[in-house]
Amino acid sequence: MEQFIETLTSFFSTNLPYILAGISVGGQYALIAIGYTMVYGILRLINFAHGDIFMAAGLILIYAAASMPLYLAIPLMIVVTVLIGFLVERVAYKPLRSAPRMSIMISAIGVSYLIQNLALYVTGGLTKVYPAIPWISDSVTIGSATTKMVTLVTPVLTIVLVIALVLLIRYTKIGMAMRAVSRDFETSQLMGIKIDRVISATFIIGTFLAAIGSLLFFTNYTGVTPTIGAMPGLKAFVAAVFGGIGSIPGAVIGAFIIGICENIIKGLGWTTFSDAFTFALLIVILIVKPSGLFGEKNTDKV
Amino acid sequence: MNRTKLSYKDYQNDKKTNYAIGAILIVALLGGIWLLEQTIAPTHIVFSILKKGAIYSLVAVSMNLLNGFTGLFSLGQAGFMLLGAYTYAIFTIPVEMRDSVYQYFDGGIIQFTIPVIAALVLAGLVAAAVAALIGLPVLRLKSDYLAIATLGFAEIIRAIFQWDKLGVLTNGSNVLRKYPTFSSTLYPFLVAGICIALICLLINSSYGRAYKAIRDDEIAAEAMGINLFKHKQQAFMISSFFAGVSGALLAMFQTTVTASTFRVAMTYEILLIVVIGGMGSISGSVIGSFLYIACSEWWLRFLDQTQFINGWQVPLLRTGFRKVVFAVIIMIIVLFFRKGLMGDRELSVSRIRAGLHNLIVWFATLPARIKGAGRRKKRQAGEKTTVTDTAQKTKQEGGADQ
Repeated sequence: MEQFIETLTSFFSTNLPYILAGISVGGQYALIAIGYTMVYGILRLINFAHGDIFMAAGLILIYAAASMPLYLAIPLMIVVTVLIGFLVERVAYKPLRSAPRMSIMISAIGVSYLIQNLALYVTGGLTKVYPAIPWISDSVTIGSATTKMVTLVTPVLTIVLVIALVLLIRYTKIGMAMRAVSRDFETSQLMGIKIDRVISATFIIGTFLAAIGSLLFFTNYTGVTPTIGAMPGLKAFVAAVFGGIGSIPGAVIGAFIIGICENIIKGLGWTTFSDAFTFALLIVILIVKPSGLFGEKNTDKV
Repeated sequence: MNRTKLSYKDYQNDKKTNYAIGAILIVALLGGIWLLEQTIAPTHIVFSILKKGAIYSLVAVSMNLLNGFTGLFSLGQAGFMLLGAYTYAIFTIPVEMRDSVYQYFDGGIIQFTIPVIAALVLAGLVAAAVAALIGLPVLRLKSDYLAIATLGFAEIIRAIFQWDKLGVLTNGSNVLRKYPTFSSTLYPFLVAGICIALICLLINSSYGRAYKAIRDDEIAAEAMGINLFKHKQQAFMISSFFAGVSGALLAMFQTTVTASTFRVAMTYEILLIVVIGGMGSISGSVIGSFLYIACSEWWLRFLDQTQFINGWQVPLLRTGFRKVVFAVIIMIIVLFFRKGLMGDRELSVSRIRAGLHNLIVWFATLPARIKGAGRRKKRQAGEKTTVTDTAQKTKQEGGADQ
């Protein structure tokens, strides 16, 4: 037993930088995953474009910061990103509401393709350098590890935002409407809930959190490329499935687990498989417990 | 000659002529390509379009078999193409070349080669075998989970093939090259053509009808005695087989193979081709892929270069604009023309015959119709005058009364 504890502590002390990085990345995945899980909960749609909106948020800040101070650029970035999320839903998903599910998914893939190509066009295929944001880009030393302040800020900010979101969903009218719509689309419509407004609100909240997530995520990276959003997007989706799709706390916990595991795998020298691990995890979950950690059980009805 | 309009159904029973015309069309197509190769310089872009178009039509048809005919939303096509491409390359690099290709891995572990055709079939078989393994867990999932899981598998396969520890087999993240390739455009046309013909036969068999039943309503299909899992697994394996073959063809076309080219974006591209052509239409996928490749590599190229018209610089044109225009076109198709070019119809000989007949009838009756229209107009004009006359008369009479 003692030996076990000893190996455990030595494991933690050698892997501390990776665990810290994992917690930080996990928080960022969590902020993206909420967007997926909320949209899926209501529309039963995997919003393939979510990761690309996240990337677009990064690019918008880069271009905004080039022409104005950061305290203006950041709010502007958030507003523009939310607007993009809102427009994507209105233009690409709303007309297909009564179409088969496959069509909406194809539309989502089309939007993702469009945003990536637009980004490629605007940037000219060059990696754009993300501006250093004061305070959260500063270095700090914890124990044996040196990281950026963002590593510590991320989990705190994530948890605060999630608590705020859960309160919003539990105690406000729009939150109640969201719960009703996710439970039964048609009946809630009959009960006088304005579905389009609820769906728009969902997209706005989702993209808002993704914008905050991008702020934290790209601070750890040197630059933004048009395809950088795809991987975090997919991983966040896996996190949402892991936690039980439709459940917000589930998505957050799933995201933290995936972030930490992924970074420990990197620490063990298996970097090639850090992406593959996420998908292997997804397949295992889908086979063992398709409803995820906190998801509700769904049965098919004719 | 019969001057009434005909539907394609009127020609369907005339099977002998249909087959003869079909055979003539195929021979004419191949002959046309042969002639083209004799007359135009082999470096002309039209050949690379035709080759790539043929390869993409095979993979698009194989994806359509899953997405359009069986209703399984799978996004793993790039992964299976990767398997096919690597299998082909690994088994056909000549032994004496291996030292230079596998320069970091002491020439690799495989020190024999197999014939090209055998390697093509093996490429398909490896992809199908992996699909069988993957299908066991994945095909039990529902639509959107299936999409993500297959996407994930494609990513895992890519990671495995780039892994250094398997370098003796896959050359790690270095390229594989110096394997036999094709030079004639007829080669991919023949291979892809035979494969697509096989898929057509499959779709028109009882298995194909079972797939369509699963697509239309799983529960009803099961109630009719169709073993869901068995048929899904079958469709998945067959689709992967042909994706593997097309991957091998792509490897031959590109002359080098790296795992990093088989990204998710490639699967998206193929999916969009299927959507443009029409979900559930084989000929649609074929037409869609030639159109897509021709547009993206040739016809829309000018959008990527700055252009001047009379010294006026056309705005927006610069590198990357082509893809933006392309993505917008695709979004328009997805949103407003959801059925794509062909919907779920097929371009068949009887349809072509009916179309030609109707075109001829249209032209043949044109003079008569123009005359008829003229006569009608005159008559209408005549009626109008009479009507106005009477109206005026009544008006005048009415005026007189007052």
